[in-house]
Amino acid sequence: MGVMALPQVAPVEAPEIEEAPADDRLWVTVVWDDPVNLMSYVTWVFQKLFGYSKERAEQLMLDVHTKGRAVVSSGARERMEMDANQLHGYGLWATVDRA
Amino acid sequence: MFRRNGTQCVATFAIDEVRVLRKVAGEVVGLLTDGMDHTDPVVSRLFPDIYPDRPDDSAEFRLYTEGELKTGKIDQAGAILAALPDDGEGEVRLDGEAAEAWLRAINDARLAMGTRLDIGAETDLSEELEQAVVHDPGSSRVFQLSVYAYLGYLQESLLNALPEID
Repeated sequence: MGVMALPQVAPVEAPEIEEAPADDRLWVTVVWDDPVNLMSYVTWVFQKLFGYSKERAEQLMLDVHTKGRAVVSSGARERMEMDANQLHGYGLWATVDRA
Repeated sequence: MFRRNGTQCVATFAIDEVRVLRKVAGEVVGLLTDGMDHTDPVVSRLFPDIYPDRPDDSAEFRLYTEGELKTGKIDQAGAILAALPDDGEGEVRLDGEAAEAWLRAINDARLAMGTRLDIGAETDLSEELEQAVVHDPGSSRVFQLSVYAYLGYLQESLLNALPEID
């Protein structure tokens, strides 16, 4: 009675995250297995290029070797293209794909 | 083969090794400078498509990046030629930067040779070499396979001679 109905206030929600423009969505760099590259060399490249620990680099190398391919980095498309291009400089067989 | 000496990687090469290294590094430079043929499987292996299912995007990316990639590969092969003794046998001493260039260049040479020799995941190199010798010990395949195997050992020795990254 006599109490004015308060204007309805919507429950506070986290603001909706706007969808990122297409090219900011997640992309990945994939390295494919190759019969020529030495396992020790591939491990060294992952350490050198990405700064990964020896353990992480070795695990990635083994993933490439046993599964035929492994995702070695992820992020914006341009950065993945740069990673793949640098991997080509080292002679690894790298491609870029959507995550 | 390489060993560590202080901060350097050091190897003493016999005259035949110097000749072989000069030849393979020269061949990589030749392959990259004589107007590259993109239908050559060696060229496709050294410069893979970045988007295997999207030829147009791959071609566009190649347009902007291939020149620099190619120059880098020529420079790293050049690092081998620059460090080899001018005449006959001798010692090669590499600092960290030169060792990296050598590793990359040896790898390019192995990729080129491995592609030409049709090396696959199941290839047993010593078996392959044995068969080639039985077939014709003086053949170019015997020579190529031995060089390919030698480069693998050399690359491994250089990796072992590098200071640990961690």
